[in-house]
Amino acid sequence: MKKLINTPESVLEDALAGVAAAHPELAVDIPNRVITRADRPAGPKVALISGGGSGHEPLHGGFVGPGMLDAACPGEVFTSPVPDQMLAAAKAVESGAGVVFIVKNYTGDVMNFELAAELAAEEGLEVRTVLVNDDVAVEDSTWTAGRRGTGATVLVEKTAGALAERGAPLDEVAALGERVNAASRSFAIALTAATVPAAGKPGFDLPEDEIEVGVGIHGEPGRRREKLRPARDLAAEVVDTILTDHHLTPGDEVIALLNGLGATPLLELYVVYGEVAARLAERGITVARSLVGNYVTSLDMAGFSLTLTKADTQLLELWDAPVDTPALKRA
Amino acid sequence: MDFDTPLAEAWIRAIAAAVEKEQSRLTELDSAIGDGDHGSNLQRGFAATLTALDGLQPTGPGAVLTKAGTTLISKVGGASGPLYGKAFRAIGAALPEPAGPAALAEALAAGLDAVRALGKAEPGDKTIVDAWTPAVAAFRTAAADGAGLPEAAAAAAEAAEQGALDTVPLQARKGRASYLGERSIGHQDPGATSTALVFRTLAEVTAA
Repeated sequence: MKKLINTPESVLEDALAGVAAAHPELAVDIPNRVITRADRPAGPKVALISGGGSGHEPLHGGFVGPGMLDAACPGEVFTSPVPDQMLAAAKAVESGAGVVFIVKNYTGDVMNFELAAELAAEEGLEVRTVLVNDDVAVEDSTWTAGRRGTGATVLVEKTAGALAERGAPLDEVAALGERVNAASRSFAIALTAATVPAAGKPGFDLPEDEIEVGVGIHGEPGRRREKLRPARDLAAEVVDTILTDHHLTPGDEVIALLNGLGATPLLELYVVYGEVAARLAERGITVARSLVGNYVTSLDMAGFSLTLTKADTQLLELWDAPVDTPALKRA
Repeated sequence: MDFDTPLAEAWIRAIAAAVEKEQSRLTELDSAIGDGDHGSNLQRGFAATLTALDGLQPTGPGAVLTKAGTTLISKVGGASGPLYGKAFRAIGAALPEPAGPAALAEALAAGLDAVRALGKAEPGDKTIVDAWTPAVAAFRTAAADGAGLPEAAAAAAEAAEQGALDTVPLQARKGRASYLGERSIGHQDPGATSTALVFRTLAEVTAA
């Protein structure tokens, strides 16, 4: 294992120290592991809090700032945060309009956020939870832990953040988050496995010439393994897989997020995005907005995920709204 | 013999020691069908319960277990922290003082209820419920038949260990292992295995 770390045990704290040093616009509470906006909204504003295991940067800490999240709670690498973190975050950023937890659908995240919501309620805070579960690779939702939360999280955090910034009430912000999640589907392909620093070796064995089709952002197994094929074929397959599930019809508009999983050169991401755009055009789907880059990563995994969110006037307008975070800025 | 404050403390300390000893085995089981951190997560959590107990002036066995549960929730993360944390908090809340075998059986049942309420798992889903359910049933039956604490706890430990073994042929339906589908068959569930440790240590400390 070759990694730019001091020790595997100190990765999270050392990285948080770096975030604090690089971003004076954020307040980083290293002992409690909470990242918040350093500024405070003028009046009551619905507070948006997300969190999850570390290793997916810039998710979630990189999305803290005006127009997006109020706070993020990073857990150990690939391990959900504990309820105390979310409670501390909620108390720090709550401004009288309630709190929305944005939670990716993983067993540990769901449980820890549920306990945090109970604790926050005991302290008199009003909490709503938006569950993100957009990964269509999970075909059997009844007999599994259900679809995983991946790229749609960025769209939920951006649009709900914009709505909250305008002073919308708690239930409206939570409903918007649920609506964006329901309008979103994602699918990922991995070329290599990620190495968790504490584990020291790749999370799964993947032969040099094979890919994992439908991989999860913690290396969860996908639908199958196969030989690597040209980007054109992979892009078409990912688009078709999502459209099979999404029931978009020709003429529909989407927001497309082509996301790198951590170790994919942007050059390759743009190769894939070109093919994604071409395939969507063939299928009669209009890309109203696109975002290409590393937003929901899986440490040093090579590969990509595609998220398609069915767009409408309100979503596009919230997507275009100003945002000022380390990882996403728009004037 | 009643389940009192020293026994409750001895139980938590024994679990911490057992988890420490079995850490690599739990991690190995979890690497096969999970993400390989069950051993280290529980080790970190129960080590923290020892520190928490050192500073505690417990008002009874229930307070000991409640404190242990709260500490697990605060320190572990993942799924095992909330599940074991909720379980010990529920056992602590349900435990009268002093608690005989029948009262402890009901408190352990409250722990199982808490696990099922949070995790939404049914027996057969290949989770800690598959060890916890037969253990509570065996403890209850033994207590109803007039067994003392050591005998009831021994019966529960045996049932939990069998329950853990019985997860091998099951297909996981909850947690990360569920994404493996049929590929989860043939592996023993790490959570059920750690639950067997919890009940085995209860048998050991009550027999001592």
